[in-house]
Amino acid sequence: MKVSVTVNGTTFERDVQPRKLLAYFLRDDCGLTGTHVGCDTSNCGCCVVVMDGDRAVKSCTMFAVQADGHQILTVEGLADGATLHPLQQGFWDQHGLQCGYCTPGMLLTAYALLKHNPNPSEAMIREGLSGNLCRCTGYQNIVKAVQQAAEKLREAAAVAS
Amino acid sequence: MIPAAFDYVRSHSADEAFAELQKYGADARVLAGGQSLIPAMRFRLARPSVLVDINNLRDLSAVRVNDGTLHVGAITRDSDIERASWINERRWTLIHDVSCVVADPVVRQMGTLVGSLCHNDPAGDWPAAALAARAEVVVRGTSGTRKVPIDAFLVDSFSTAVAEGEMALEARFPVPDERTAGSYRKIERKVGDFATAGAAVQISLNADGTIRTAGIALTAAGPCAVRVDEAERALVGQKPGADLIRAAADAASKKSAPQADLRGSIPYKKSLAGVLVARGLRQAFERLGVNV
Repeated sequence: MKVSVTVNGTTFERDVQPRKLLAYFLRDDCGLTGTHVGCDTSNCGCCVVVMDGDRAVKSCTMFAVQADGHQILTVEGLADGATLHPLQQGFWDQHGLQCGYCTPGMLLTAYALLKHNPNPSEAMIREGLSGNLCRCTGYQNIVKAVQQAAEKLREAAAVAS
Repeated sequence: MIPAAFDYVRSHSADEAFAELQKYGADARVLAGGQSLIPAMRFRLARPSVLVDINNLRDLSAVRVNDGTLHVGAITRDSDIERASWINERRWTLIHDVSCVVADPVVRQMGTLVGSLCHNDPAGDWPAAALAARAEVVVRGTSGTRKVPIDAFLVDSFSTAVAEGEMALEARFPVPDERTAGSYRKIERKVGDFATAGAAVQISLNADGTIRTAGIALTAAGPCAVRVDEAERALVGQKPGADLIRAAADAASKKSAPQADLRGSIPYKKSLAGVLVARGLRQAFERLGVNV
């Protein structure tokens, strides 16, 4: 089946089997390997991408054909050239990763979380990330990273308005 | 972990989706949120040969209150309910509680209430809530559209009143009156795991403080969600109190018929059912401003 999916602003037109999962479409058909597949069973959240601007979805639990005509944001689309997105900068500054495997999913889940709630409490961040597993850092620095990013994004929004 | 091959049909209207389902019968499944169906297909526990995608049917994405009824469409996401403007009203506390604990926050951005009812997993959260809140499901069949009360809708594990070739269009919840509160309590080993046990409670009070209506149902306590009718009957007409809570909890433990698994033994889960009903009732009474 022919699909047209806009990933990070670039439209990818591909012919896929309906059973192809979005995660594998992104990795194998679009060559965007930043989206990781961890558990393959919708438990770990490594594969999370953002659909249509503000909805975090597990791309291992969605078919590529469902993304036809939609906008997908992956970790490759977060930075603006050499300038990291405030979330990426937060993870860098706060040491929010060790091996980095879960990081793309954490970033995209947090991205959608901050779209809906620009000023979340620590508890809200922890709750919002509870579908994403990290086996290295113990979450403390991930939460700090999201807090830093939330602050920076609020400052930027205040300047813009 | 790749699903078996299937044909994919994207529908653009409920009529079109229904026609496709009629055409393919038992071979077809509706694809709404897909958060239970797709994992089942990946494990090859489900092998539909046709998926009818209803995600484009905007008419079915509403979550709105009108004419004394809360309408939840077939593709309304759990996160849409969690974020609804009116969800913080006390009368919706049961629904709100559930919308915050189904699976995990990312799964809730795709997963749907109606899909959960149609999947009818014994450990699903929405079936028990729908029982306690006395919901009904609107089903489109060959002889038109019919409303099925939730007790008749939930037939058995992974089985509902939706027959081959039919589709569920929406779930309806009667708007509870002002003096209503509920609670959903669940024990899970970790976020996103199947419930070890869960209890849904919804209580409406009369002006004199006695209980007008009571809805009590259990998750993971039988082949599908279980209404604890004995506890409901014991509560109605009474003033909230500790003895009453104890009686309801005992009835829940007795009614619970769980399966032993890695999450716990049968006696443990039966005990949990009682504990969670007691906690749920206490919280509902607290939310109503009643000290017990």
